[in-house]
Amino acid sequence: MLLAILPEILLLVLIGFVIALDAIWKPERRRILGWVTAGGLLLIMVVALLVSRPVDGEARLIFGGMLRQDWFGFAFKLLFLFSAAVTALFAMDIKGAGQKGEFYTLMLVSTLGMNLMASSADLIMLYLSIETTSIPLYILAGFMTRDDKSVESGFKYLLFGAVTSTVMLYGFSLLYGFSGQTNLYHLSLAFYDAQFPDLAMLAGLLLVLVGFGFKVSIVPFHFWAPDVYEGAPTPVAGFLSTASKAAGFAVLLRVLMALFTPVAAGYWVTLLAIVSVLTMTLGNFLALAQKNIKRMLAYSSIAHAGYILIGVVSLSQLGGTSVVFYLLGYLLTNLAAFGVVVAFWQVVGSDEIASYAGMSRRSPWLALAMLVALLSLAGMPPLVGFVAKVFVFAAAVQADLIWLAIIGVLNSIVGLYYYLTVLKVVYLYRSPDDDKPISVSRPYAIALLVLTLGIILVGTIMGPWFAWATTAAQGIF
Amino acid sequence: MDFPVLSVIVFTPIVAGLLILLIPGDRKTEIRVTALAAAVLALILSAWVYFNYDTALGGYQLMEHHDWLPALGISYIVAVDGINAPLVLLTGVVMFTGVLISWGVDDRPREFFAFLFILASGVFGVFVAQDLFQLFFFYEIAVFPMYLLIAIWGWVQTREYAAMKLTLYLFIGSVIALVGGLAMYFEVGLNTFNMIRIAEAGQAGAFSQSFQIFWFPFVFLGFAVLGGIFPFHNWSPDGHVAAPTAVSMFHAGVLMKLGAFAALRVGIMLLPQGAEYWRWVIMGLATVNVVYGAFIAMVQTDFKYVIGFSSVSHMGLVMLGFSTLTPEGLTGAGIQMFSHGVMTALFFAVVGMVYDRAHTRQINELGGFSKKMPWVAVAFIIGGLVSMGMPGLSGFVAEFPIFMGVWRVAPIVAIIAAISIVITASYIIRIIGKVFFGPMPEAFEHHIGDVTVLDKVALVVLCVIMIAIGVYPAVMSPLVASGVESILRLFGGA
Repeated sequence: MLLAILPEILLLVLIGFVIALDAIWKPERRRILGWVTAGGLLLIMVVALLVSRPVDGEARLIFGGMLRQDWFGFAFKLLFLFSAAVTALFAMDIKGAGQKGEFYTLMLVSTLGMNLMASSADLIMLYLSIETTSIPLYILAGFMTRDDKSVESGFKYLLFGAVTSTVMLYGFSLLYGFSGQTNLYHLSLAFYDAQFPDLAMLAGLLLVLVGFGFKVSIVPFHFWAPDVYEGAPTPVAGFLSTASKAAGFAVLLRVLMALFTPVAAGYWVTLLAIVSVLTMTLGNFLALAQKNIKRMLAYSSIAHAGYILIGVVSLSQLGGTSVVFYLLGYLLTNLAAFGVVVAFWQVVGSDEIASYAGMSRRSPWLALAMLVALLSLAGMPPLVGFVAKVFVFAAAVQADLIWLAIIGVLNSIVGLYYYLTVLKVVYLYRSPDDDKPISVSRPYAIALLVLTLGIILVGTIMGPWFAWATTAAQGIF
Repeated sequence: MDFPVLSVIVFTPIVAGLLILLIPGDRKTEIRVTALAAAVLALILSAWVYFNYDTALGGYQLMEHHDWLPALGISYIVAVDGINAPLVLLTGVVMFTGVLISWGVDDRPREFFAFLFILASGVFGVFVAQDLFQLFFFYEIAVFPMYLLIAIWGWVQTREYAAMKLTLYLFIGSVIALVGGLAMYFEVGLNTFNMIRIAEAGQAGAFSQSFQIFWFPFVFLGFAVLGGIFPFHNWSPDGHVAAPTAVSMFHAGVLMKLGAFAALRVGIMLLPQGAEYWRWVIMGLATVNVVYGAFIAMVQTDFKYVIGFSSVSHMGLVMLGFSTLTPEGLTGAGIQMFSHGVMTALFFAVVGMVYDRAHTRQINELGGFSKKMPWVAVAFIIGGLVSMGMPGLSGFVAEFPIFMGVWRVAPIVAIIAAISIVITASYIIRIIGKVFFGPMPEAFEHHIGDVTVLDKVALVVLCVIMIAIGVYPAVMSPLVASGVESILRLFGGA
């Protein structure tokens, strides 16, 4: 049983290690903490893969039903660990963050929370882990205390987060109050009992969706995303838009599948299908008007939440698989996009799209990474974004949601427009600084290389990843 | 078949493109030589494939089959038949001549050739694909480099607008077709994207008639957007004009065939009853293409726009041939795809050569170029005659059967469409007269020189091919006819 939570235990050890080194090392050496964090996280991934892999097709409740050991949670844990490692590399050279042990500690605590989120099977555990994830993220978003925008970002995130999580908690209390159960898998049995009123179930569903909707930034709980992403340190924004969103989808899927399916499936499928349309459309159309690359990526990440919802509402094996696969692809791609933004900002000091003029002349490789990331977001082969979108739309067509698939593909055209607009600036426009090369330091180079290759490899050799996503999706059915 | 020749053809350009990216950007000669080497290799292999196709045997040959994602029945299948073998050769030819003509690209040639070759791989990949997923995969690969190629190296005045318009049009078409493709996949229910098997299942009645009638327009029109079908042709002249020479050649020469080919392969071959239901609509749209395109070409004042609209008109003939669903019409359409590809590549090469030297494309401002560049003038006249459908050249071999096929099903359409031949003659002759003959404006007298040897090689290759097919149609007709036969078998062997 302890083996199942070995990654979490190791994470705690790593946190202690980072704190200790932070105390011992002199400030100028603390940048190395980034390497320590990234290396430690990779080590944990390897150990987890070797030791704490769940048995195929078998799920069991552990620790008195607090956690559920299954492939679904495990797959997500790997995603979180990976994106935290990449984020650590991105943060290393950020002034005011990369040299501070607190930054890495907070990020690791948040990762710990996400790991627990993905496998928690009990309302109490779920709530605790969501808060463990969120509170360090509030601080991280406002980490640059000298920068008004960062502080604003942190506060905004805190306010939205606190309100929605309270609403969600109220939903939890309703579910508990009517059933006397806190375990998700026992609660679902209580629904079949005539004692559980439909109205209470629906109220619980809606209130819970508010909390999850905030985490994954779907309409109408998306308002925070652009402001928070813009103000937060860019690696944190990248982390928020990938790992945190993936964690949100993990709990969303688990709770919907374990608790509200099939009893309330009719309600939430219709509701989320509509939300998906609104999310895609609003995200894409608002992204069109953005001048700041981080705000644009924020709206694009809202739109992507909409695409992922298409897979969720398909409510099928293929749908679940496509969601996990999409999240994998999206994680790689969006991290790469934010990575380029950080690396560029380090040298140029601006996040305005207009300032990307001449980028391909100043740094062809960074421009190429940007090209790969944005085209993958737009859904172009041979990059992972293409296959991921095809799977999601295939799930919709299979579930006879052809209208949703059509709206989805039309939306991806709007998306293509604004991604291409950025690429146009990168490749076409000239700037007076054309002849000043952009130097990219080693952590960025390594992380971006890994991500770019990952985007291409997962997009061409889909087999193993698809199998992995299938196994994961089977874990929740 | 031990040597995977088709896969080598498909992956040669993209591998070469990646290699080119690794060469330092300022070593331009090495970049160009690498590009040329890859293009020559692709040309030789595609010619080998073309001439080794056994017409007597027919069917799919040189097939390679690898599982790609067995869980969803996605595989990597490449094969050639009588329809796509000429198109593979066409792509090889255009790639080769395109590299020769782009020798002078001086702004970031590394990126230019890399993007161009990614596009070429996509095109080869679509032509030989026998798996629906694979076809979409390569189709999109062929579409997106166009944006950068046009936006970065295109004509300064319209490139941003044209590049975006083109990309969005094509992407809309392809994603709509994609939904149709997915619908077919689930309807068949064999868990396979293998088009040969889907076609077999379709023959066995996997698709109900109403299913075919509902989805055919999605799939056919989705792809036909790239074939320039009316009323979705608008992106094409703008895109042609804005693109740099080699990209225009690729675009009009090969990419538009990609759309027509995919519309045939996925639309008509997989949904034959849908095709039969909608054929009159397609015929109507194609006739508009043919006639309207020719009229618009006639009134253009910009040399490159004339050629751009002539492509719309000629691609209309391909669609017209499809819509007849007769052996003559389809064979003609197959040859027309090849013939028009070569011809229009030649046209755009000529336009590029003239523009590079005169820096204007206004027909009224040009004149007397035959004195300065006789090779170009001769090549354009040959291309012009092909375009008018003169006997003895490839255009005749292609257009005559199309009109025969149309005559068989709808004589009145044949008469209307034939008007376009007269119009074509009028605008081609006008260009020949104005641009290549007549007095040369004073301003040009001194600084206009002849074209380079590489340019001449490219022009000669293109002209020889058009003449060879015209004089000796047997190098192509039986091949295409054998491919058409297997299509018509899907329609009960009409």
